[in-house]
Amino acid sequence: MPLLFIALSVVVLVVFQLVGDFLVRALGLPVPGSLIGLVGLTLCLLALGRVPAALGKVSGGLLRNMMLMLAPAVVGLIDNFGRVREEWLPFLVAGVAGAVITLGVTAVLLQHLLHRQSGQVGDESAEEGKA
Amino acid sequence: MSGIYTMLPNAPRPFNGWTGFGLSVVLWIGVTFAAYLLAQKLYRRFGGNPILVPVATTSAMVMLVLWLSGVRYEAYAMATKPLSWWVGPATVAIAIPLFAQLDRLKRIWKPLLIALLVGSLVAMLSAIGIAWALGGSWQTIASLMPKSATMPIAIPMAERFGGLPALAAVAVVITGVVGTVISHPLLRLLKVTDPAARGFAIGLTAHAIGMARELQVNQVSGSFAALAMGLNGILTALLIPILMLGLQ
Repeated sequence: MPLLFIALSVVVLVVFQLVGDFLVRALGLPVPGSLIGLVGLTLCLLALGRVPAALGKVSGGLLRNMMLMLAPAVVGLIDNFGRVREEWLPFLVAGVAGAVITLGVTAVLLQHLLHRQSGQVGDESAEEGKA
Repeated sequence: MSGIYTMLPNAPRPFNGWTGFGLSVVLWIGVTFAAYLLAQKLYRRFGGNPILVPVATTSAMVMLVLWLSGVRYEAYAMATKPLSWWVGPATVAIAIPLFAQLDRLKRIWKPLLIALLVGSLVAMLSAIGIAWALGGSWQTIASLMPKSATMPIAIPMAERFGGLPALAAVAVVITGVVGTVISHPLLRLLKVTDPAARGFAIGLTAHAIGMARELQVNQVSGSFAALAMGLNGILTALLIPILMLGLQ
């Protein structure tokens, strides 16, 4: 794959990020700029109708290594050990029980809704469930 | 201040001025990268055990290095800015797996939309309710609120409403790891066999960590996990300002 297309794909992602940041600041929106960039890029892909190969490759690489870029934020915990020691209970219980409740409710509800729809609509959605 | 460095008051200070800053950028990004490579090796060695999820082990190793060297987090955060900045463009890149699922989305958008709305609300309200009932401070509650959203969305959202970025990051990691560890036994217990429902619930709850695991286990549930992670990130960012208006 030509290096030019790879570089261009990186530029595309960066431009969507920067435009998102600009819009958030200009309009005073209460969401992160990268989210505006995400929605904008999705709309552009919809208009285009396909994902350019180089863009898919660059995005896959970035997403697979997102944990590397996120590590510096988690390291910030080093300045907040005191707070976590004081309030470890709400952290742990909300983390564990919250995950159990969210996972259970979402999975049971969606399975129920999918089965009901496949009962009504017929084979296409049933295929979806089994796919 | 602790650490070996401060024990040597007359040691040369290499990190002064612009050249020094450049050097510290290379050094700390290098340390983070080395820790990440090691963390990935460890993760693979133990067959992708979610307890060893690389973002947690990488950060633990870097924290150890910072503690031993007595370098302050502020200096580390500044030096690694060129690395952490790329979280933004990577978040934009979620558009690509999202787009790949649009065909499926069109066919079953109604059930997915309902599950998304309910799941997203349950994730946030359960976090707020539990933290509040256990006497957590507002800072803790606000840090916990977006914990099922992917980190680059959760951190700025928590910060905007009075949480701490580092605490939000920890809440996101705990949720991702716990959600991934319990997902398969819990879903078996609840008799959820539909791969779309399984993947969607895991991606909505355990974001990127759950998605990464599902993609290894099952293509269908993995791609639904990616879809749910992207959608829940968007919805969390939209719902939090509304919930905040309601709470105030």
